[in-house]
Amino acid sequence: MRWLLVAIAAIAIAGLVGCGEREQIAEGKRSYQGKHDSKPWDNEPLSYGSGKWTKGDRPSWEEQIKTRQLGQHEHKRIYQ
Amino acid sequence: MARMKFLCDAERCIECNGCVTACKNENEVPWGVNRRRVVTINDGVVGAEKSISVACMHCSDAPCMAVCPVDCFYKTDDGVVLHDKDLCIGCGYCFYACPFGAPQFPQAGAFGLRGKMDKCTFCAGGPEADRSEAEFKKYGRNRLSEGKLPACAEMCSTKALLGGDGDVIADIYRERVLRRGKGSEVWGWGTAYGPGKPGAQPPVQPPAPPAGTRS
Repeated sequence: MRWLLVAIAAIAIAGLVGCGEREQIAEGKRSYQGKHDSKPWDNEPLSYGSGKWTKGDRPSWEEQIKTRQLGQHEHKRIYQ
Repeated sequence: MARMKFLCDAERCIECNGCVTACKNENEVPWGVNRRRVVTINDGVVGAEKSISVACMHCSDAPCMAVCPVDCFYKTDDGVVLHDKDLCIGCGYCFYACPFGAPQFPQAGAFGLRGKMDKCTFCAGGPEADRSEAEFKKYGRNRLSEGKLPACAEMCSTKALLGGDGDVIADIYRERVLRRGKGSEVWGWGTAYGPGKPGAQPPVQPPAPPAGTRS
């Protein structure tokens, strides 16, 4: 019975690892040699026309970008 | 985690080149460099012509990054492939590696003199201070830092070109295709690229060999 539980746990761990995602950070498989780039959410929104988010808060910036993306969806933009 | 992608709906693209113009204007791209261009498939075949807008596809495993001898490429947290022009030596390896012909090289003067590589940045600028003059001169406008999407996608009149997080734009495209009401063939080769010649059929996959045999 114990070996069965161990096997199930091992399969579950392997499954979780398989569902993982590689990080998309600036330093990839090969080491980037150039200058550091800042993050887009580390900027203040423009006073006009750029929506709203909190400087440095990634989720709020992503929400703003998502709103903008859904603006491309005419079925939602026009009919709802 | 967002993964920024472009998606072009061949059924909607009317080859107006508005995306090309928007990119040129927004980023003040020099003469001879085309970060984005419109490609015609089945050119001249009546009823089968389709157009798609092509630029850097910001590959998840980008071949340009793999071949760069000076490692000037990097990928942002949103999956946008960018490069450092101060490090680029203009060797052209990335151009040969890219299946989309995205890397462009300004040619100044005679004898094929080649400048530093320039390509679509997904309107995300580059490794300079955001919204600075240096960033604009080297890489163009940083619209992502302004909470906006690439100018080409936002300017597209028929909304054939979608830009943004892959999950979101795939949902938009899926819902659009379902509303077209064509049925199951809507996902097929013919709808995506046109039949090629009149009456032509999509390529047939050879039957899979029976289990246990080796080809």
